[in-house]
Amino acid sequence: MATELATRADAVGYDDFRSTDPGREHGNGGAKHNGRRQSDSDERLARVLGWFSIGLGLGEIAAPGKLAELIGVENKPGLFRLMGLREIGSGVAILSQSWPAGGVWSRVAGDALDLALLSTQLAPKNPQRGKTIAATVALLGVTALDLFTSKRLSKKSRGTSAPAGARRGLRVKEAITVNRPVGEVYDYWHDFQNLPRFMTHLESVQVLGPKRSHWVAVGPGGMRVEWDAETVEDRTNELISWRSLPGGDVETSGWLRFKPAPGRRGTEIVVEMRYDPPGGVLGATLAKLFGEAPDQIVARDLRAFKNVMEVGEVLHSDASIHRRPHPARPPENDSDAGRQAGYRSTGR
Amino acid sequence: MKANCWEGKKKVRVEQVPDPKILNSRDAIVRITSTAICGSDLHLYNGFIPTMEKGDILGHEFMGEVVETGPGLKNHLRIGDRVVVPFPISCGTCYSCQRGLFSVCENTNPNAWLAEKMFGHATAGIFGYSHLTGGYAGGQAEFARVPFADVGPIKVPEELSDEQVLFLSDIFPTGYMGAEMCDIEPGAVIAVWGAGPVGQFAIASAKLLGAERVIAIDRFDYRLRMAVEKAGATDTINYEQVSVLEALKELTGGRGPDACIDAVGMEAHGHPAIYAYDRTKQALMLETDRPIALREAIMACRNGGTVSVIGVYGGFIDKFPMGSLMNRSITIKTGQCHVQRYMRPLLERVQRGEIDPSFVITHTLRLDEAPQGYDMFLHKEDECVKVVLKP
Repeated sequence: MATELATRADAVGYDDFRSTDPGREHGNGGAKHNGRRQSDSDERLARVLGWFSIGLGLGEIAAPGKLAELIGVENKPGLFRLMGLREIGSGVAILSQSWPAGGVWSRVAGDALDLALLSTQLAPKNPQRGKTIAATVALLGVTALDLFTSKRLSKKSRGTSAPAGARRGLRVKEAITVNRPVGEVYDYWHDFQNLPRFMTHLESVQVLGPKRSHWVAVGPGGMRVEWDAETVEDRTNELISWRSLPGGDVETSGWLRFKPAPGRRGTEIVVEMRYDPPGGVLGATLAKLFGEAPDQIVARDLRAFKNVMEVGEVLHSDASIHRRPHPARPPENDSDAGRQAGYRSTGR
Repeated sequence: MKANCWEGKKKVRVEQVPDPKILNSRDAIVRITSTAICGSDLHLYNGFIPTMEKGDILGHEFMGEVVETGPGLKNHLRIGDRVVVPFPISCGTCYSCQRGLFSVCENTNPNAWLAEKMFGHATAGIFGYSHLTGGYAGGQAEFARVPFADVGPIKVPEELSDEQVLFLSDIFPTGYMGAEMCDIEPGAVIAVWGAGPVGQFAIASAKLLGAERVIAIDRFDYRLRMAVEKAGATDTINYEQVSVLEALKELTGGRGPDACIDAVGMEAHGHPAIYAYDRTKQALMLETDRPIALREAIMACRNGGTVSVIGVYGGFIDKFPMGSLMNRSITIKTGQCHVQRYMRPLLERVQRGEIDPSFVITHTLRLDEAPQGYDMFLHKEDECVKVVLKP
């Protein structure tokens, strides 16, 4: 399966952006390849810590009494099991690879909590004080390792300079078939000024020259971001790729590939975008909690693009005209309905 | 306007809400003259369909008069037209719509990303049926906004009453598609699980399509009586009194029905022990749906026969008899009804007097009485089969 996916990704991929290690990214649970690249040694260390978390967590849940005895503290099964759950959570976060740095950081936070709890047991009245001291020393060692790993991982994900086609930040890949001829689909997208008609977060795109354009978007929490972008490659009816230029609020790059669909079903589109989200990875994670995950935004925007191409406008339901969850009922006043993309998108 | 809103599990309330507005160019606003409570609304009522929000307007079976049209409708619909609205919202131009698969239209579900997470791929938008199907306000209201009004709604002649054409919106085509999927040949024996409104139409449609014997299965005698007297069933089985599998063997000379229609879906009842098993797993979230009728339909079906599933399922089921299905060459066909495909031919059947769909109606209430209607329909009080609401 993994090979099949990798082959498929190669088939639709675009060389400049292909990951150095596609196998790992495709092992990331299916078609959403928003994995992050890590250097091997850091990642190996993170994986060890992940499995350590899970093992320790299972131990805490299965045999709290034994563990209490081992580290010389009072047996509180409820507390141990809670800590066990937390450990397993950290382990899963690290091993799932969607955000290993975060997983290891959660271990650091957990270490701090464990140290605080252990310190309450260091009083001389504890008959097993010696064991507790040994456990604390061991834990300090683990904490140092966690801190080291998480710092290394975070540094890698943030990066320092911005090389062209930066292989960092978030990566989102989506695909959709549009029931229109490839020329028409390419032409519409190629006119970047059309993009705000179906991209929810894009406010405007201004074409500055044959290859340069200025982009304005509204990020999570209403944050306004602007950047200049240049078209890196443009092959008629085949491919468009772009990247942001230094000096903007967002580092982004991406490509979009067009291909006639089999059986005259229109045009297959694959899009891949990478960007450093405003607010960093933490911001993206917070945004995800509020239903604005990057892959979801791209999936929704592509669907809206399909709407525009096939029926001439973005279709809305009574709930979808609102940015936030809203009951399926008509809007309370006209300002709510102001977001009706229906009337700003019939540009064809 | 007034609208019947979902306010939580087993709680609906008629509330004052804003009037609908035109949001897209091919929208129409319809003043609703008749609307109905569907058996599938009970799945929402009972809290088995995820992604409902408090305040959602319910209802996907409705008809009325066009009072406003969007600029893109041109001459397809005029103000004053009397129309029945199909429950799936369909664009008419995408790959699916062009193949008549209207209920899986690719352009009408703004929450497609959410549906993809749940189902792998998204379905069409549906009026008043959770946010998984788009978050569209429903038709148990005084007015409704109807997108792609040039694709879905069908004009109906004045000489037919609301009651005769209202069910073209869902349950008549749904029952009909259930029978059509059975590929009925002359002499066929069809068994139908569930003698609710959809089951009644599946039975009637099986007869229309030439089945020789149609066996109705339910636990309420009054529904089985309706199946025989109104829909044309030839035999009935009350599963609380006899074993369905044994009774079907007896009725079909040991062979089993040529096709079995599951018109029950995710909230089936059955043998107390099996019901308790599935109900417990459902409560523990180990399965979302209780497939009691579906399992029985598969086991009962003759070798090489067809099981046609039109009862609504929402998620995952347990103890699915795959071995029986595979080894005995059984075909499963299923789908939310592609209503737009059937509206015109079925309207013609009504006009020719081949069927009068109003036979399922047992209660007509005011829209204000919707909460009582739901309660009565759920508990099968007063021999309730179908509740029509008048705004």
